[in-house]
Amino acid sequence: MADAPALRLRLEDLTKRFGTHVAVDAVNLDLDPGEFFCLLGPSGCGKSTLLRMIAGFETPSSGRVRLGDQDLTALPPHRRPVNMMFQSYALFPHMSVARNVGYGLAGLGRTAATARVSELLRLVQLDGFADRRPESLSGGQRQRVALARALAREPKLLLLDEPLGALDRGLREETQAELRAVQRRLGTAFVVVTHDPEEAMMLADRIGVMEGGRLAQVGPASELYRRPVNRFVAGLLGDVNLIPGRLGPVEAGDSRMVQTPHGPVHASATALSEGASVVVAVRPENLIVGTEGLPVTIADATFLGDRLRRTLRLPDGTLLRSSGRPDDAGDPIGTETRACFASADAVILPA
Amino acid sequence: MTWVTRTALVFGLAFLYAPILVLIAYSFNASSLVTVWGGFSTKWYSALLADAPLMAAAWVSLQVALLASLIATILGTLAALALERHGRFRGRALFTGLIFGPMVMPEVMIGLSLLLMFIGIGVDRGIATLVIAHATFCTGFVAVVVAARLRGLDQGLEEAAADLGAGPLRVFLTITLPLLAPAVLAGALLAFTLSLDDLVIASFVSGPGATTLPMRLYGQVRLGVNPEINAASTLLVVLVSAFVLLASWLTVRRSQA
Repeated sequence: MADAPALRLRLEDLTKRFGTHVAVDAVNLDLDPGEFFCLLGPSGCGKSTLLRMIAGFETPSSGRVRLGDQDLTALPPHRRPVNMMFQSYALFPHMSVARNVGYGLAGLGRTAATARVSELLRLVQLDGFADRRPESLSGGQRQRVALARALAREPKLLLLDEPLGALDRGLREETQAELRAVQRRLGTAFVVVTHDPEEAMMLADRIGVMEGGRLAQVGPASELYRRPVNRFVAGLLGDVNLIPGRLGPVEAGDSRMVQTPHGPVHASATALSEGASVVVAVRPENLIVGTEGLPVTIADATFLGDRLRRTLRLPDGTLLRSSGRPDDAGDPIGTETRACFASADAVILPA
Repeated sequence: MTWVTRTALVFGLAFLYAPILVLIAYSFNASSLVTVWGGFSTKWYSALLADAPLMAAAWVSLQVALLASLIATILGTLAALALERHGRFRGRALFTGLIFGPMVMPEVMIGLSLLLMFIGIGVDRGIATLVIAHATFCTGFVAVVVAARLRGLDQGLEEAAADLGAGPLRVFLTITLPLLAPAVLAGALLAFTLSLDDLVIASFVSGPGATTLPMRLYGQVRLGVNPEINAASTLLVVLVSAFVLLASWLTVRRSQA
């Protein structure tokens, strides 16, 4: 089943308006065949609406959905070679597990359909559950039935709406690994919607961060973490220090100076123009306590075994967080010292 | 339960059901005087079976109730689907009001307006007009019962079915209808019961040769109550109660599942 022709999903200026509210705002996205893609964002950012437009449950106000050279935009859900796993799982309560999984195989003939159902139940490790009713299954088992059912028709693209949202924490990590394994084995492109950054980083090849209906940034987790395009993305993917300042002139090389109230710092180059009010974003692990840089006071220090977490206070009272190797655990709380970072480890973002 | 609430309950139930219990008791009265107890007997039930006009009226009622409830069930279910599954279409509030209107309108008014309409378009009054009239006022009740169930039904189920390649008809037949079946059946039983015991509307729209059971009973009572009437009413009460209990049991059982 992995040798189905690989198709590329392409969203072109996809927009959805509900009355005057713009839920999804001109989203453009190209998805590689076989890619595990994650739409990440807080609730109400439009990620579910975007997913429902790909599945066909919402009609776009404008824009196109293409799969390969086929235009899906005008097709109703039941004609799209795309399947979806629902957040509530939406298992049919009046049907057995086998009939749930086999529901999409109506055109296949009885023998072939039965064989396919057992194959799918094996894939999700639920052989022996064929005759059970959904109500007698645990949350994790229901999730796997929903996955098997969504995969039954060998979709070119599988959409998953918060697939792990209904599971408790321990089960969730286990299921993340299983989902990843199934996706690798089948080579089907997966698009997962989630509000959990950690889950997105764990699952996806690439992440698309949505903010207010727009796709703010698309890229691998490492890129989003190291090179966020704005404060929202920077804060979403992990802890970050934001130091405000005014952008200096264009310089030769890869860095640019920012004049902060506590002195000049250097960060990675940006296309923003001189004099713009900006913030310098530095991850705690890149903020080094030492003999040069910004003047700070050590406000708090916590030893955590593998790292030492320190809270540093700038002269104006702003707190910064630093997370370093514990071998430099020397200075006690209250010490006045300095903190710096390599310009390559800091990015300049619009304030 | 304190003795206060228990006493209140007893009085409340007695207030509601004592008259019916008296009626049932007297239907087994051997005496032909309605208010004098003359020993236990089932002879009035046999007399009932031998009473040809009464049996004919019962047969008319049954036919009307079956046909009217069938029509009301189909129309009411469709109305509920339109209300709950077609978003906020133009005129939805008006549509809702129009469907539920006949439930709260005085029966005399419904009966009179239907009569005027039938005369106006020149339809001969008989079983057909009874069926139409009963279907009209029962549709709203079916719609209410079915819409309530539909509201509690996860729309994701229907979307999931469509997502798995089922066209609208297959989604309806394999997902919506089976999950809705208890409510549809409950609505049908309710409609059947309402049609069976309607007197007011039937009096307006029925014609010669189409006398329903309640009409026949009412007509006889005006000439004087005899124990045969008690027997007939007892059967009607038992039948109606059975249907209502079955309908509510179906509704409750499914909403718990």
